[in-house]
Amino acid sequence: MGEFKVHRVRFFDYMPSAIRAMVFSTRTERLALARADGALEIFNFSDNYFQEKVLPGHDGRAVEALCWVGPRLFSAGLNGEITEYDLENLRPRYTVEAYGGPIWTISVNSQGTLLAVGCEDGTVKMFEVLKERIQFQRNLDRQKGRIISLSWHPSGTLIAAGMMDMIRIFDAETGRATHRLLVDRGAGASKSKEVVVWSIAFLSDHTIISSDSAGKVQIWDGLNGTLIRTHLITKWDVLALSVSQDESSLVAGTSEGTVVQFQFISSTVDRLDKDWVRTRTFKNHSHDVRALAHTETAVVSGGMDTQLVVRPLLDKVEKNTRESAMRKVSFPHRSLVCCAKKAGLLLFQFPDHLELWRLGESDGYGKLGGSLPVKRGPEKLIQLKRKGEDHICCSALSPCGGWLAYSTVTSFRLYRLQNGSISICKVSKLPKDLLPAHQLCFSTNSSKLFASSSNSSVVVVALNELECKYLGTLKAKYGCRQPVHQLSASDNGKWLATANTDCEVHVYNLDKLKLHCTVPVYGSCPTAMAIHPTTSNLVVVHADQQIFEYSLVKKEYTEWSRRLQKQGLHSMWLERDTPITHVTFNPKNPAHIIVHDMFMFCIIDKSLPLPEAKNVLYNQMALRSLPEPDRVLHSHGFKICKDFQHLLCVSLLEDHSLVVVERPLLDIVSQLPAPVRQKKFAT
Amino acid sequence: MVEHGDIRVVRRGGSKINFRQPVITNDSRLLLCASGHSVKVFSTSTEECVHELRGHTDLVTGVVVKPSNHLQAYSCSLDGTIRLWDFTDGILIKTYDIGYSIYSIHTSAFHKGVVFTVTSTISDKKSESFQLVAVHLPQSGDQLVKAPELSAVISDVSSNPGAIVFGRGGEYIASANGLHLEVFFFKKQKTYRFFLKKDTKTGGKNTFMCVAAHPKDDCIATGHEDGKIRLWRNFNHQKEYTYSTLHWHSNAVSSMCFTPEGTNLLSGGVESVLVQWRYNDVSQRDFLPRLGAAITHIAVSPDGALSCTSHSDNKITIIQGIKVSAVLQGLVTGESVETDLMVDPRSKALVLNGKPGHLQFYSLKRDKLLYNLDIVQQEYIHELGLQQFKVVKVAFDASGNWMATVEERKQKDAEQELNLKLWAFDEQTQSFVLNTTVADPHESRITAMCFCQAAASQTTMLISASEDGHFKAWQLRRLAPGEDDGPSCLCDFVGAYRGLVPHCCCFSADGSLLAVSFQEVVTVWSPASWELLATLSQPPKAIRNLCFGRLSCSKYLLGTTDDHLLCCWNLLTCSLEWSTSMDISLLLGDPLTENIAAFCCHAGSTDLFVFKPSEPRPVFSLKAVCSGKVTHAVFAPREEMLESCEESSQWLNHSQLYFLTQCMDLMTFTTKAEEEKLMASSKQLLIDDSVAMTPFYLLLGKHRKGESGAAASGESAGRPPLPQGSGAVKELLRTPAHVLPSTSFLCSMFVKSLLVSVGDARSVESKPAEEEMESEKEEEDSEGDMESSASRPERGSLARRSAEPAAPPLTKAQLRELRRVKKLDHSWLTGLLRS
Repeated sequence: MGEFKVHRVRFFDYMPSAIRAMVFSTRTERLALARADGALEIFNFSDNYFQEKVLPGHDGRAVEALCWVGPRLFSAGLNGEITEYDLENLRPRYTVEAYGGPIWTISVNSQGTLLAVGCEDGTVKMFEVLKERIQFQRNLDRQKGRIISLSWHPSGTLIAAGMMDMIRIFDAETGRATHRLLVDRGAGASKSKEVVVWSIAFLSDHTIISSDSAGKVQIWDGLNGTLIRTHLITKWDVLALSVSQDESSLVAGTSEGTVVQFQFISSTVDRLDKDWVRTRTFKNHSHDVRALAHTETAVVSGGMDTQLVVRPLLDKVEKNTRESAMRKVSFPHRSLVCCAKKAGLLLFQFPDHLELWRLGESDGYGKLGGSLPVKRGPEKLIQLKRKGEDHICCSALSPCGGWLAYSTVTSFRLYRLQNGSISICKVSKLPKDLLPAHQLCFSTNSSKLFASSSNSSVVVVALNELECKYLGTLKAKYGCRQPVHQLSASDNGKWLATANTDCEVHVYNLDKLKLHCTVPVYGSCPTAMAIHPTTSNLVVVHADQQIFEYSLVKKEYTEWSRRLQKQGLHSMWLERDTPITHVTFNPKNPAHIIVHDMFMFCIIDKSLPLPEAKNVLYNQMALRSLPEPDRVLHSHGFKICKDFQHLLCVSLLEDHSLVVVERPLLDIVSQLPAPVRQKKFAT
Repeated sequence: MVEHGDIRVVRRGGSKINFRQPVITNDSRLLLCASGHSVKVFSTSTEECVHELRGHTDLVTGVVVKPSNHLQAYSCSLDGTIRLWDFTDGILIKTYDIGYSIYSIHTSAFHKGVVFTVTSTISDKKSESFQLVAVHLPQSGDQLVKAPELSAVISDVSSNPGAIVFGRGGEYIASANGLHLEVFFFKKQKTYRFFLKKDTKTGGKNTFMCVAAHPKDDCIATGHEDGKIRLWRNFNHQKEYTYSTLHWHSNAVSSMCFTPEGTNLLSGGVESVLVQWRYNDVSQRDFLPRLGAAITHIAVSPDGALSCTSHSDNKITIIQGIKVSAVLQGLVTGESVETDLMVDPRSKALVLNGKPGHLQFYSLKRDKLLYNLDIVQQEYIHELGLQQFKVVKVAFDASGNWMATVEERKQKDAEQELNLKLWAFDEQTQSFVLNTTVADPHESRITAMCFCQAAASQTTMLISASEDGHFKAWQLRRLAPGEDDGPSCLCDFVGAYRGLVPHCCCFSADGSLLAVSFQEVVTVWSPASWELLATLSQPPKAIRNLCFGRLSCSKYLLGTTDDHLLCCWNLLTCSLEWSTSMDISLLLGDPLTENIAAFCCHAGSTDLFVFKPSEPRPVFSLKAVCSGKVTHAVFAPREEMLESCEESSQWLNHSQLYFLTQCMDLMTFTTKAEEEKLMASSKQLLIDDSVAMTPFYLLLGKHRKGESGAAASGESAGRPPLPQGSGAVKELLRTPAHVLPSTSFLCSMFVKSLLVSVGDARSVESKPAEEEMESEKEEEDSEGDMESSASRPERGSLARRSAEPAAPPLTKAQLRELRRVKKLDHSWLTGLLRS
């Protein structure tokens, strides 16, 4: 595997934002997720829960509710605006003011023609969904008290609204309130506090299910407006509800961090009348569960503790398979760390600022596995605050450490760094074609900057001390509209590989500024890629953990890649639940590929035999503990190291030392606010 | 055991009533529970035992009410029979012979004529796996029916009856064993199995403990080792089953039960709290705490008015609503009986450790706990590892006026705390009242304590021997009402012998001698003058037991030593009379006769020898009384003497020998005659299934039975026949007038019944004569041989006995002939009488 001097970096205080809202589209198999800072993330559930797109947040935008209308995504927030997003350019398309004060909820009818929003002033406002925009249609009867939650009846004629202390049912055509269901307040001291109906669901059999701040999940008869059953599931709030597509199962998320499942079950085997029965309880969160989605096979939950948890329902999936494993998404599936290999600098990207650090130095020699004495500690050189209200979308640091670039949704900025005297100055004269980018990348010799922009195009800019000059735009021949999320330039400055969320990988010839070739499209999204410095082979890792090596010269898959595909990857490799987010190479040994995900990094030695399916995929630690003869038997080309956990970045510097950026999850948990107090047994 | 075929080891009194789930009858008036070899019927309101259904010859392992007739009940036993009882009258109706040991019984209304029993799998007995078997009970009029039709339903079930339950009208049966739950639907003949993981990462232990099924809904509740309760639903799908989890218990859930309407679920465990869960809203719970001991079983009456819980301290609590209405307390035998078994001379009750810090007084005759006496008088705190005061010694004086108790507490690091308490009997309260407390009577543990049993003296003397090398004599004086001065308890004498530790002490019957064993030396003292009269020593091993002979053998002192020696000293000559090599674990003198019982541990089981010190041959010996070592036994005096003339059973005439086995079961010895007497008191009834039970039928049926019974079978004549006439008259008087036939019809029948009884009476008269014949013959055979170690089959023992020179010179053939005649003679006699 080789020995490395390791910079173990733990000073990246990355803090994800709490999950606020979530909506799942069964049509596109995509989950849209809104965080407290206004950022939106799109996960593709059909492609290994890969975080396909990230829409950066905005200071003034607090998303309270999300809604898919076909492939279109709408959000509403407490700023009183409804926003539709441009998912191709990863930015809001337009916003519409609802003029009803803060909006608490948004809901679309099953036909996808009308959007209903619930406002602070007690109105339910209907918006007609047009092709390019939405148009205000009318108000339903105005109520006293805010509208917290809304749910359409699948027929589209009725709409239920959860309010303070009550639930209202409106006729969607006339706009009249037809029923008023009073919700009980909590017992004891909370009797004087009004109860908030946090979430509501209107089922096709006219059953209404509500969850409220008194800890109840209540089942109502929507036709007669009577209460059928009350389930008290917590002492605190029940914040979220989600019903499965076939309306046979329902989940409720509580402030205690539990998710309680209810199922629609017939009480006896041969009878048809069914009942909502509380069944399972999942406890995967330490804090409030704010958002829930019930997919066909899993319960997706997220909340204050910032993790997205996909909990498969074991009665819907095969046992002991990939689908039955629980997944937690704690880190973004893209790199927030940029490493200047030559200069030994690290750039950390936060939503509202950038941090530039110089790595520490050590001149001692130590034992394998020991720690070296630090001669010079790491040093924070620059903290660069962004301008404007938009959050930083992407950033890059040139390998020489002389250039720094970042982009928000609306602006692009380039800075010149003087490393010795630590000075930064903004490059003011930028070419007009350099639009806000989705992804940035410098060439290895720091003479060129590549910025991906709309319609899968990449802008190439030449940099030198005096000016930056627009060289051209790289564009694939046919009209692809998905954003580019991966850029990789070869060391010799000849090639640039781009990958977009349509799973296409294009390779451009930088000398001619023309498309060189297109890698055959694979069904899963590329999560990381890199071009080998000497052989010019492109290594692409996909969301389903497959690894491909494509020779750019021969325009075909390499021999090793074919062998790998023929034999197939080890099942334990395929069952890992976090994607590879970074690929680098070892300049000393061209056969080595270094990849990492959240829990391990791995050096793939192409010269060694591949792991066999029948053997256990041992990591290096486990291999070392094996007796000598077994070790030879079980050794393989995938050298997995799990010494470092919760990795954000693993990179190899030019001086052959390894930079490992860790962010322990415990540190994140310790920065969270205190959870609700719970009585523990025997305390 | 041919020699003493009429003496058996039985459970009588003090047996467990918490062994299996009790059953409450439909009208909630009676409660049935398996208790030892019989089924007890208690009244739920008065707590009295109404009937004891005797008949099984082994442990009763289950009782259920017959689903088609709520006045009858099935019971099953390890003896391989299922018996049908009329429990209101205590009559055995029918016996079904299955042929295999039955571990539990289950019935449902859905299955008519079928009961489900758990038997051990026939193929391999080693692994102890059990299967659920459906038994088709044949319809026939006979009293004893063989049930040959067995069909296995579920294999690999738990032997715990609480792990098998019928669901919703018997449409399915659920069985939990280990880590899987199995549901069998009878209609579809389909089995669904659900597995759980052994242990979860968070420390959950998923082993199934008990199962309950909702009576109306398809919902099965399972209790688990970590205290969780799972409610299973949709279990008619192999995949889409689902369950919800309730968690209150901190320890294993030992029993659960749904109320008859299914509105509540009751659960209990070691916390001794009955938890009532609302079925529709499981977040609402009601608790009935402080039930005293861990709950082992829960049962609910069919009308839902009563529920009852069995507890680990042999108690059944009857609960009305959520309040305890009655408590049935059995004999409490914990893990150890430190006080030994004692008999209170006044109440003739068995006295031993009961609840922590208490002594229980248990009437063996009435099989009822008389009262608990709080000795320690401190609050008991249940906590693991906490050292409590324990009652370790108790002694009564001969008249029962005084009781002495010793309690001790051994704390870590701290010194031992000892209290000697003296209790005087108070006539007014009919109970013992604390008279004197002596704190730290000795410096170390008290090893033995005994009262002087001589009745005449004004004061009573108590001897306590301790590990500190001393024994102390305490003089007790009952204060007259007026006098208030001076202690009632005085230390009279402190004795020691060469600094050795005294281990046993014993008074002679007349109180003139005190024997104290100091390790291997036995010292004999005169209590009057406190001078050392003699020392007796034997091969150097410590003395284990000491016992004076009584009555005609009062000159003998017996002792057992650690090197398996039984020694008998003659106190007149102060020399060893005889000794024999036996590993005796317990030596016990009968206070009423000169008999001495010795429990001898041999090859993992215990043998009993009863002997007189003056005679070289034992009066009685029984091999393999029980497995394991017997360390506690007592002679309980009988209230009425037995008139047995057989030599082998004569020693049981005056008193009864009770002993505790290693698994804390109270056992006793019984003679055949005694058993027959008991059996006679429990009536038997022969009824055709086809004939409805009407009072009229009972009247006629009984009459007919009496007629045919007297004529035909010798067996029925052997047992004392019922007084026919009086029975008919009683029936006549009891039956309402409007259902009676015409008086003229009854009159002739009544007269006829009186006529028949004459013949019966004569057959009774002839019986004692036969018995005498038998006993004469048996006398010569009844000498036990100590050498033979194990019980032998009948034929072998016959052969050996005939070979012995002492036996009468009868050949084997002659002997057999004699036996045949003896067996036949009843029928022959009755035949003669009839003619």
